[in-house]
Amino acid sequence: METTIAGKQVKLNEQGYLTDLNEWNRDVAAALAAEEGVELGEEHWPVLEYLQSQHKQEVPLTIRNVGKSGIVDIKGFYALFPGGPLKKASRIAGIPKPASCI
Amino acid sequence: MKHLVILGAGTAGTMMSNHLAKSLPKEWDITIIDQRKIHHYQPGYLFIPFGTYTESDIVKPVKKFLPSRAKYIQKPILNVDKDKDLVHLEGGQAIPYDLLIIATGTDIAPEETPGMAGPHWHKSIFDFYTLNGAVKLHRALEEWNGGHLVVHITEMPIKCPVAPLEFTFLAESYFHEKGMSEKVKITFVTPMDGAFTKPVASDQLGHLLKDKGIDVVPNFNVMEIDGDAKKLIDYEGKEVSYDLLVTVPTNKGAEYIERSGFGDELNFVPTHKGTLQSKVKDNIFCIGDATNIPASKAGSVAHFEGEILMENIKRFIEGRELKDEFDGHANCFVETGHGKALLIDFNYTHQPVSGTFPFPGIGPLTLLRESRMNHMGKLAFKWVYWNMLITGRHIPFVPSKMSEAGKNFEEIQS
Repeated sequence: METTIAGKQVKLNEQGYLTDLNEWNRDVAAALAAEEGVELGEEHWPVLEYLQSQHKQEVPLTIRNVGKSGIVDIKGFYALFPGGPLKKASRIAGIPKPASCI
Repeated sequence: MKHLVILGAGTAGTMMSNHLAKSLPKEWDITIIDQRKIHHYQPGYLFIPFGTYTESDIVKPVKKFLPSRAKYIQKPILNVDKDKDLVHLEGGQAIPYDLLIIATGTDIAPEETPGMAGPHWHKSIFDFYTLNGAVKLHRALEEWNGGHLVVHITEMPIKCPVAPLEFTFLAESYFHEKGMSEKVKITFVTPMDGAFTKPVASDQLGHLLKDKGIDVVPNFNVMEIDGDAKKLIDYEGKEVSYDLLVTVPTNKGAEYIERSGFGDELNFVPTHKGTLQSKVKDNIFCIGDATNIPASKAGSVAHFEGEILMENIKRFIEGRELKDEFDGHANCFVETGHGKALLIDFNYTHQPVSGTFPFPGIGPLTLLRESRMNHMGKLAFKWVYWNMLITGRHIPFVPSKMSEAGKNFEEIQS
């Protein structure tokens, strides 16, 4: 689905996740964050960049590897993205939602 | 002579030893190392808690399935010295290799979650990912008078990601047959955002849980278990109480991988997802649950990987470029209880959709839809496993690369 977020034309899948990370920028991230009820501040960006780098290396994302990243611990990750940190942070970072096989 | 060494004599290692025995050039010898004497049919664990299978139904000697060309060393592995191309065994023996295949799979690690592996383990907190756990859970279910049964996934990735859901459905069916439905409440607790996470499956199967009266607690990342109070507690302080907890603990690769210094934080081996060559060193390949590739950890995946790995071992030996072709193909039966099952077929890029399998438009199996035929297929798979899958025989009509024929991909073009 094509739509416009923060003045930028982007493609989203049916669950509202960007399908092309190249369409991501910080304004798009802030708009997606607002939809998730998150106001982005200084502490969010290193976490989002970490998730993007892991995604580019094809490393499956887990709460555990975020917690061991040295950037934020698991409780801190929850504090930044309350409710469903991996799900929300992935959407804001412009990468696919962590999913199981079904 | 040149030496090919396989670590692990489970599904993937046994299958590879049989493939290699047939086609590896004569100047190579084959050694397979594992500490176990008994091979378990792991898909059978799921049925043990409900008394459908007993222990004797799912175990056979490891050696029965190894080719005569392979030498079996039954010893625990200490570590791999990748710089010297040596496998060190407990007791001091060192086995040299020219080419190594890692196939040591994954195991549960309940000690990773505070409160899980304590005094309540196998008393009120159970697993069904080990034979011992499944047998003890069977006894507990037989004696249980009812209450709140919580089925729980600790964290991803796990072996056979659909198994917890299958367990949930089979439990509902089991208590229904025992006439205990009124006395049992079942809740499914998952770190994912739902019991079904892919859009088509979620859309078409979401009703199954509701129809069966099963509650779902999503986005729950367990921090600790209070076994005395019988509560799961997550990182946000959310709590779920249980009377009987059936959990899938954190899954980790083998400990010698950590001692060898090349696994990820869960001891899975960094592996190229298309070629199955490890990222550790060129002469180390990896197959099955031991890899970190973004495919499901399942026997069918190991089976489909086998074909590409054989091709790439041949190419590696001949000094040719590797084939970057594994597509993440998985094909799994999903028990839904009451004598029915689903079948799912998917890969890295295609989520499970409905349709027919393996013959387009004919079946006889139905994808992503419950049927009795699928359940018969799941039970028949035990024979296929012992007689075809681990012996490295081709399974008719099921190619290693996923086929798109007979599937309803228009469902996802939204």
